[in-house]
Amino acid sequence: MTDLSILFPSLLNGLTTGAVYALIALGLTLIYGVLHIINFAHGAALMLALYAVYWLKEAAGVDPYLALPLVVPGMFVLGYALQRLVINRASHGKDENILLVTLGLSIVMENLALLFFKSDTRTIETAYTLTTVPINIGIAQAMIALPKLVAFGGALVASATLMLIVGRTDLGRAIRAVAKEKHGAKLMGIDVDHVYAMSFGIGLACLGAAACFLLPAYYVNPQVGNGFVLVAFTIVVLGGMGSFSGALLGGLLIGVVESLGGLLLGESLGQIGIFLLFIAVLLFRPQGLFGAKA
Amino acid sequence: MSTNVRNRRHFMAQATAAASALAFPMVGGAQPKPVKIGVLHPVTGALAFSGQQCREGALMAIEDINKAGGLKALGGAKLEPLLGDAQSQPQVGAAEVEKMNEAGVSAVLGAFASAICLATTQAAAKYNLPHVVDVGVADQIVERGLKNTFRFGPGYGVCARVAVINLHVLNTAAGKPAKTVMIIHEESLFGTGTANLMTRELPGYGFEVKEVVKHANPTRDFNNIVLRMKSLNPDIVIPANYYNEYALLLRTMQQQKVTPKAVYSVLGGAASSFKFVKESPDSANGIIDCNHWFNPKDPRAQALRKRVEAKGLFFTYEIFNTYTAMMYLADAINRAKSTDRAAITAALADSTFADHFMPYGPTKMVNGQNTGAQPLMTQVLGGDIKVIVPREYRQAEPVFPMKS
Amino acid sequence: MSALKKELLRIAIFAVGVALLLNLLDSGVALNFVMMALYAALLAQAWNILGGYGGQFSFGHALFFGTGAYVQAIAQIEGGLNPWLAMPLGVLASAGVGVFVGALSFRYGLKGSYFALVTLAFAEVFRIVALSVPFTGAGVGLMVPLREGFGNMQFGSRRGFALMVLGLVVLALLVTCWLRHSRFGAYLQAVRDNEDAARAAGVNPFRVKLGAIALSGGFMGAGGAFYVQVFQYIDPGIAYGAHTSVEALVGAIVGGMGTLWGPLIGALALHVLADLTRNLFGQLPGINMVIYGVVLVLMIMFAPRGLGGLGRSVRELWKGRSK
Repeated sequence: MTDLSILFPSLLNGLTTGAVYALIALGLTLIYGVLHIINFAHGAALMLALYAVYWLKEAAGVDPYLALPLVVPGMFVLGYALQRLVINRASHGKDENILLVTLGLSIVMENLALLFFKSDTRTIETAYTLTTVPINIGIAQAMIALPKLVAFGGALVASATLMLIVGRTDLGRAIRAVAKEKHGAKLMGIDVDHVYAMSFGIGLACLGAAACFLLPAYYVNPQVGNGFVLVAFTIVVLGGMGSFSGALLGGLLIGVVESLGGLLLGESLGQIGIFLLFIAVLLFRPQGLFGAKA
Repeated sequence: MSTNVRNRRHFMAQATAAASALAFPMVGGAQPKPVKIGVLHPVTGALAFSGQQCREGALMAIEDINKAGGLKALGGAKLEPLLGDAQSQPQVGAAEVEKMNEAGVSAVLGAFASAICLATTQAAAKYNLPHVVDVGVADQIVERGLKNTFRFGPGYGVCARVAVINLHVLNTAAGKPAKTVMIIHEESLFGTGTANLMTRELPGYGFEVKEVVKHANPTRDFNNIVLRMKSLNPDIVIPANYYNEYALLLRTMQQQKVTPKAVYSVLGGAASSFKFVKESPDSANGIIDCNHWFNPKDPRAQALRKRVEAKGLFFTYEIFNTYTAMMYLADAINRAKSTDRAAITAALADSTFADHFMPYGPTKMVNGQNTGAQPLMTQVLGGDIKVIVPREYRQAEPVFPMKS
Repeated sequence: MSALKKELLRIAIFAVGVALLLNLLDSGVALNFVMMALYAALLAQAWNILGGYGGQFSFGHALFFGTGAYVQAIAQIEGGLNPWLAMPLGVLASAGVGVFVGALSFRYGLKGSYFALVTLAFAEVFRIVALSVPFTGAGVGLMVPLREGFGNMQFGSRRGFALMVLGLVVLALLVTCWLRHSRFGAYLQAVRDNEDAARAAGVNPFRVKLGAIALSGGFMGAGGAFYVQVFQYIDPGIAYGAHTSVEALVGAIVGGMGTLWGPLIGALALHVLADLTRNLFGQLPGINMVIYGVVLVLMIMFAPRGLGGLGRSVRELWKGRSK
């Protein structure tokens, strides 16, 4: 028996949770769209970003939102370096090898974190962690946690920024060219390796943003990334690989599906909604709900 | 040869022998060989935190035993730990047991998680290697019929039953303000098992189980569950889950301003955790837990707590459970007066070990389970965790229902 | 001697050699090591049939593993069936699941990453369902009662289990060998290399891929049934979790996909690596896995065609030199 008055807050909840998922998926979709690699290390990279936000708060007192201008570029540099120096060199361009290299990287990252930061779960306390904002539309009422609302806004801004970069800048043009036709792009004089590294860097930078918005409402430990990987993949496919608007809308959709599925089927079984949707999209509309037909 | 010369030679021989004995007093009686104990825990992977805490407890116990002179009945032999990492997977735990067996351990202590313990106890049984389970609360571990398996602490069956009875007692003493219950449990072995037991027992005491919510590990968001809680408005919320989810659940409840009459945990992951109390004092305030706990009145427990906290660690159940399990094991080896596995197994089975700081009844091992083992009820009051039930260990009067 | 005969001879030598080794070994550690290495090899070989020879990379091979495992457990516990009879059932069930997933995926033309992700999704769906339905024991899992005896497929020493999994590995080798020299195998590899061209040449890609996924799933299911017999406990995480999926593909790719011995070599190398690093620096947990990850990356960097390919490269170099 589902109380109808829960429906509205549940929906909003799904949207705000989905926004964080979208932030995580934005980076993954760029990496997949351009490099055509399924980045197994995405979860571990998110974890590293979360630790960065955590330590900035704990050791330097920097508020997570104020940490954005530090963490985002930091993650970009990490991503660029990883792609240029490790992934590119190790994989010799073969798909299955890239997969394993990112897998190996994820193992290294997770266990370095275990080694240096220990296995304790860590949370931060800020003035606004427990604040809620009432949202009332007619008789529908909900109290949404402030960090989640900020995350929602952040996801919108991040998607818009990415779309601007890829749509309007020279780098964006180069990225699109490489994504579409690598060899042709090379012939045109585009430094493909550099573009690859830039894309991977931007992809990880998105994770930096995601971490700043996520930590106030969540926690961090060395294994925290694993819980987001599957959902992120689902959203990338749902939204259309390489589409930012797709990742944003897909993330929101998945958040809602998860939330309503949880209401209907229970939190454990409700997770099934995400994957059934995933399978349906893969089978019937592999270009994604919002992607263009190839 | 004259008698004088012979006597002198004999004297000299005697004197030399005596001098040698004084110069090398240990030559005849050498240092006793150390007794090897396998210390097996998931120190990497998903269970790394708990595994590392358990290992810490085991090593501190060994350190204390050795400092106090080792195993007296074996000539002061020291305990030597052989560390193993189960990597949070049963098959790795089993492989480690094989290695420990071949390295000549006299016993194994481990492996925190029930699923891993099932594999390790079975692997040890092949060699009649005694295996003491430190935490692993699943009752299947001791109910399989393996003669080498021993558990000093309580299983989840006992914990669930004690929790139900005490809830009834607390409720009755307060004039029965609570009638409805909502159980929130994690989806795997310990959560499901505990929830099943409670669902079965609670109605018999007059409680209505309004809903049983199962959630994943990890759960990224508890807002839905808390929304449900808001709409169902149960008097008592019963969580049975691991630290991360427990903490997230309670923070979400605080955020959404959901305050049931009581948060009554059974083996709650963060409910009786100094870490949670320190990091989220507001969310933690007033929560009751039925969990592994130490005798708060025993100075040894307080002393150990201080030592642990001085190392920068939290004094969690993994530490004191494993510490005590190692003490129980060492006592058995001492009583067996040998490192022979059969002798140790027999000593573990008829142990009446009482020299510990856990609040258990008299030790009596039945099919490998210590029937004296019991959990305690604690409540977070005034920023600290206080024992409320049973009376003999009580540190504070229970606050039930929680003042909203 | 034809290539086929050479391979069969090598398989025979391998089978006899390892069997002899198992009979000579007495140490529990060694027997357990060989058993687990062979088990990892079986998983890698199963993946290789679909991934290496079929060109369809699966990220959710645990789907078949878990099905075989659960059928093995349920048939014994609920059905009272003898484990020797339950195992073929488990294999059939996982092959059946393979056909189901394959039929859906290939019918809708899923390839490459899309296929990989759909297998992952199916594995997750099964995992979530297994957590909720009573006949899998839900979150509590299933425990097969201890009853030692050959007739009960529970061996006192690891030797018995190791010999059993050796049999499965040899069977997988033979099937792989058959794939390398049979018409079906040729069709499969043709589809892998260029599906359209194969179709134009008269091959039915759909049927061929279905056959491959059934074989692959069946062997994976055998691995699952084997796991249950050895460790006697299964739960949704062990059965359908990502860990087994990763183990299967890593061994095959590192060793060399699409080769006969690659999966074995890769699985063995990774198993040795994991074992060697596990208790290094015992007081600092985590270092071992860091080393494992680094070595994994290095393996791929320096052996991009797989470790098995290394041997070939060395041999080619050698041949070139002696000319």
